[in-house]
Amino acid sequence: MRSERANSKTNDTEQELEELILVEKKTKSLVLVGNPNVGKSLIFNYLSGMYAEVSNFPGTTVSITSANYKDYQLYDTPGIYGVSSFNDEERVARDIILDGDVILNVVNALNLERDLFLTLQLIDMGKRVSVILNMMDEVKKKKLRIDTKKLSEILGVNIYETSAIKKIGFEKLDEAIKSAKVGRQDKPIQPAVGGLKEIYEVVKVKSHSLLILEGDKELTKQYLLNYHNDDLREEIYINRRNRVNEIVDLTESEDTKQGIFFSKLGRLCLNPVSGIPILILVLALIYFFVGDLISQRLVNYTENTIGKNYFEYWTKTFISKYTSVDITAKILNDNNEVIDQKTFHFPNGIDSDHIIYQSFKNFSVNRNNEKSFHFYHPIPSFFFGEFGVITMTLTYLIFLLLPLVIAFYFSLALLEDSGYLPRLAALVDKSFTKIGLNGRAIIPIILGFGCVTMATITTRILGTEREKSIATAILQFTIPCSAQLAVIAVLLSGAGLKAILIYSFVILLVMILTSTILNKIIPGQSSPLLLDLPPMRIPQLNNVFKKTYYRTIGFMKEATPWFFVGAAGIGLMQLTGILEIWHEVLKPFTVQLLQLPKEAATAFVMGMIRRDFGAAGLFELDLTAEQIVIALITITLFVPCIASFVIMLKERGWKQGLIVWSGTWIFAFLIGGLVSHIII
Amino acid sequence: MQFTLDKATRGQSLTIDLLPSGVIKSQLIRFGIMEGEKVTCLDRLVGGTVILQKKRLEIALGCDLAKSIMVTDEK
Ligand SMILES: Nc1nc2c(ncn2[C@@H]2O[C@H](COP(=O)(O)OP(=O)(O)O)[C@@H](O)[C@H]2O)c(=O)[nH]1
Ligand SMILES: [Mg+2]
Repeated sequence: MRSERANSKTNDTEQELEELILVEKKTKSLVLVGNPNVGKSLIFNYLSGMYAEVSNFPGTTVSITSANYKDYQLYDTPGIYGVSSFNDEERVARDIILDGDVILNVVNALNLERDLFLTLQLIDMGKRVSVILNMMDEVKKKKLRIDTKKLSEILGVNIYETSAIKKIGFEKLDEAIKSAKVGRQDKPIQPAVGGLKEIYEVVKVKSHSLLILEGDKELTKQYLLNYHNDDLREEIYINRRNRVNEIVDLTESEDTKQGIFFSKLGRLCLNPVSGIPILILVLALIYFFVGDLISQRLVNYTENTIGKNYFEYWTKTFISKYTSVDITAKILNDNNEVIDQKTFHFPNGIDSDHIIYQSFKNFSVNRNNEKSFHFYHPIPSFFFGEFGVITMTLTYLIFLLLPLVIAFYFSLALLEDSGYLPRLAALVDKSFTKIGLNGRAIIPIILGFGCVTMATITTRILGTEREKSIATAILQFTIPCSAQLAVIAVLLSGAGLKAILIYSFVILLVMILTSTILNKIIPGQSSPLLLDLPPMRIPQLNNVFKKTYYRTIGFMKEATPWFFVGAAGIGLMQLTGILEIWHEVLKPFTVQLLQLPKEAATAFVMGMIRRDFGAAGLFELDLTAEQIVIALITITLFVPCIASFVIMLKERGWKQGLIVWSGTWIFAFLIGGLVSHIII
Repeated sequence: MQFTLDKATRGQSLTIDLLPSGVIKSQLIRFGIMEGEKVTCLDRLVGGTVILQKKRLEIALGCDLAKSIMVTDEK
């Protein structure tokens, strides 16, 4: 199966055998390997014509993306600093590298010192490698000089210069793939060679034996070996490190000192005096853009004017031509209070009775009004009524959620691309250690505001199982995802500043309490922060738009069927009277505990399907500002959506997943009830 | 003078004397932070998180990790 070329001359037959297998294996695998943030995903996208996310912080590619490229199966791997199994990302990447036939090692030319460690390891493993020296545009800007020819001689593999962002040098990628070869391997690890030979006798694959020598526990177990030596790994690593330093000294020279605007800005983000104001500024900008401009002004127009007044009204009027209907028109004053109301009956559809239809028109014409349709028959009511599968779903999805979700993804993409997130991680590190996490956990949490499901997968970047459990619980319990946050933003900003403050305070408090308690009860210790900070960059607008576009499409694809299914489910429950029973069953909780109208229970059924859907269920109710806060707190803490629940089960196992899921039921109502009795 | 890394101040040039043992040591070595190497303390945040710089590489180390690293400053 392996395509390794054994290095040792004594194993010629072995080598022939391996090559024979190589020929038989039809599609070879081509693997993009490199440190985080070096441009792997950009190259993957170019070669495959597919889309893998491009970001400016480590940990974006936690799962493997794969595609066909010519005769190859092409893989994009998570960014790693070396091949080993210190964390999940490394384990995932390691397996693919071990099986890889051709390795394209993408190297950030600005950080040779860091990146060449992996390059040398790949070469020592005996893999067929070509080096893609990326970021050459920045190298030129920083007046850095790299002697590519010499570097290529020392490494014994070919080097191709690129600038992935501008696709410069990409025409040579095919050549890079073809000319990949086994490089010049390390001779000086003399004490190790003896061990290597011994292991090789058993293992027969060079790359595997090297990793076992370097103390990779899982591989050692696979071969049922009983070998472990941390000191030897250190020895090999130090040796490799020294070689890297030598190589960099020989091949790199700097004309001027750097110190341009962006490294200064990067520092300002870290400094507490400027860092916290910058954080507040960033949050304020996001708030004004998403919370005010989009969720108030734009959505008000798209949802109410386009969605309700045009789309729903026209659809319902059209249906009303063919079926019996009552139409209630409410006339509103400038404060949206009802000042007049009249119901018109059309037992044979609106076309059959022109006189009533005319008086209905005259009643509402030129006045600020709201119309509601009540269909007599269950079928039109199912599709076009209050929870109409077609009308409600489309209004929510397209006119309410879509603009909000786009705005969110856009802001998030800007943040991700700027290199701000890792600095934020350093800034909050100390506070996070108090709740059993380290600063790195800010990344899944911020991503959670985009999509909790995606963020739950990203918890893989955390160092220990303990941290993953704590972060997952926080995500599933307290973090509202973009779509839900969108609905929350609309409702809350309508309810006033005090409502916003109470809501944020309670959610933050719950988050801190949850993680503090989990930190106390889960045994063990969390890992310390060790994070490489990528340079601050002006986000590439074209990448930001692309990312926003793909995520939005992804969101719509995932959300749409669930919205229809959910609306149909609710519609059926309403038709069959189950909804009424559910309202009664939950009445002690909704009415007594939370002090909400019993219809609020509908939102909880909807919330089990999707969080945003649940919050949207609150729209139809007439709630006071206090009730809005309570309802939103409860629905935020309430169970995660089906998708993220399933992912949680997958990532954290049945037991933990079910504990978190049922915990959200209990605590959502408990905390909601507590707040309710305090503020009402 | 020898002290633990969390005591470093902004702008100090440091030589690494001792790293904690185990996997974390291997991870530090990969970043080029090893015994005998020279680094610059780019910043020290409130609470003791330290940002080290080595050439164009900037690395954040949590307070507890910084506490377990011995350094000497250059005078
Ligand atoms: N200036 C410059 N930036 C680049 C280049 N290649 C990638 N980037 C940026 O580096 C970051 C990481 O790119 P990505 O493809 O996600 O890297 P990956 O983590 O290795 O998959 C993104 O912000 C890119 O815009 C390049 O050649 N020049
Ligand atoms: Mg990537």
